[in-house]
Amino acid sequence: MATDTAVHDEVHENDQDLWSGGKKPFKASYGKLMMWYFLLSDAFTFAGFLIAYGALRFSSPSWPVPDFVFSTAPFGIHHAPLIFVTFMSFLLILSSVTMVRAVQEGHRENQRGVVFWMFLTVIGGAGFLGCQAWEWNNLISKECMTVLRNPFGTHTENGVYLNADGSQSTAEDDTFKPGIGYLMHHAHIGEGHAHGDHELTAEEKFLEEANAAVAAKSLDMENLPEAGVDFPGFRLNNEGFIQRKFVTESGVAAAQEYGPKAFGALFFFITGFHGFHVLSGVAFLLIIMLNAGSGLYAARKNGYEMVEKIGLYWHFVDLVWVFVFLVFYLL
Amino acid sequence: MGHHSYEDAKKMVWKGCGVLAAVTLIEVFVSLLQKGHVISGLEDVSAVVIIAALIIGILSIYKAYYIIYNFMHMSSEVPGLRMSVLLPTALLIWGMIAFFQEGNSWGERRELIKEKDRVTAEDAIKPQGMLLKKIELEKLQ
Repeated sequence: MATDTAVHDEVHENDQDLWSGGKKPFKASYGKLMMWYFLLSDAFTFAGFLIAYGALRFSSPSWPVPDFVFSTAPFGIHHAPLIFVTFMSFLLILSSVTMVRAVQEGHRENQRGVVFWMFLTVIGGAGFLGCQAWEWNNLISKECMTVLRNPFGTHTENGVYLNADGSQSTAEDDTFKPGIGYLMHHAHIGEGHAHGDHELTAEEKFLEEANAAVAAKSLDMENLPEAGVDFPGFRLNNEGFIQRKFVTESGVAAAQEYGPKAFGALFFFITGFHGFHVLSGVAFLLIIMLNAGSGLYAARKNGYEMVEKIGLYWHFVDLVWVFVFLVFYLL
Repeated sequence: MGHHSYEDAKKMVWKGCGVLAAVTLIEVFVSLLQKGHVISGLEDVSAVVIIAALIIGILSIYKAYYIIYNFMHMSSEVPGLRMSVLLPTALLIWGMIAFFQEGNSWGERRELIKEKDRVTAEDAIKPQGMLLKKIELEKLQ
């Protein structure tokens, strides 16, 4: 009996010890621990979106090929698959690295170092956002992809395109096999830009002739008939897109169609959600950088823990990009 | 990272930068290889496509591990914190299996419905009770 009471008392004492406060569970501060759990929940949100992308991609008979969709870069670079988006990845990796440096300087209570490395991190994040803005603008205004419309289609059979006059094309570029992607062009869009001194590709030649044929008909482009307008080598749909005609190996005559609609919605929604994380990350980095510069965290004497917490968030943004990059661009 | 000197820690950061950049470059190279940009014709070999996708996936998971353990310093957290954050993500494995399977099924249903629509249109004149049975019979013949 006596021993029982002793044990009971001991447990009781320990309990009081645990609940009296001042003990950090997992030896991490409240703020840091909750940042970890927030990031875990955010990881599930992103995973949900990316898994939805996968499920819809698996459900679709064809899917736009990423190395074809994302092959444009600033300064007039075309047919450079994945180059621009690789550059964007490097920007995020670099800003993650400068963030680690800021946290390290924080541990040494080096105020100037913290501000300097956080400033570089902000520049990296802003640069990434700028690149994303360019990518979105290119997709929306040049390539006419929106949340509800996806002009990127994929061939499912061997075949050959028709010329604008309706005859079968003999150009090597105009034959295709299953899995080859195409972009349906909007009439008149792309007509204005100079082709420079290089020889016209088969597609550019076709588009010039097609645009000329559309212009010759002097159609009311704002009010095209619901069924579209038929031309020998292509169809102009009611939204003004040129649907190029082709003949497949099995002898079927067909025309280009829109790609799976979900692609546009998923792309803008998921990269937009990630971009929003980057944007809010840049905003918080700026606030914390200014606070650090004002000496607020130096006074706390806790090794710039606030910088460590925003650092965790910033690395997470980079981490999510690893998977967005994998799902949208690499696979 | 308390047990490392400041100079060591600085070196490790730049090493991390190099590792992540190199892995990213390898990923892009494998992806372009898979799509037939490096050696044309390779995109038609389904074994290459599957193996390349696996390699890219594993490299991405390695990058994630590297960021969590070396940049977010998960390695210096206590095991309880580590496990409470990392173990729940194992649920995603099942999430992927279940939803990819589901997506596949949606695709198959869509094809089946298209097939049924076609057969219905062809047989519109002949009255009949069990359409599905008939499709199956036709397929057997």
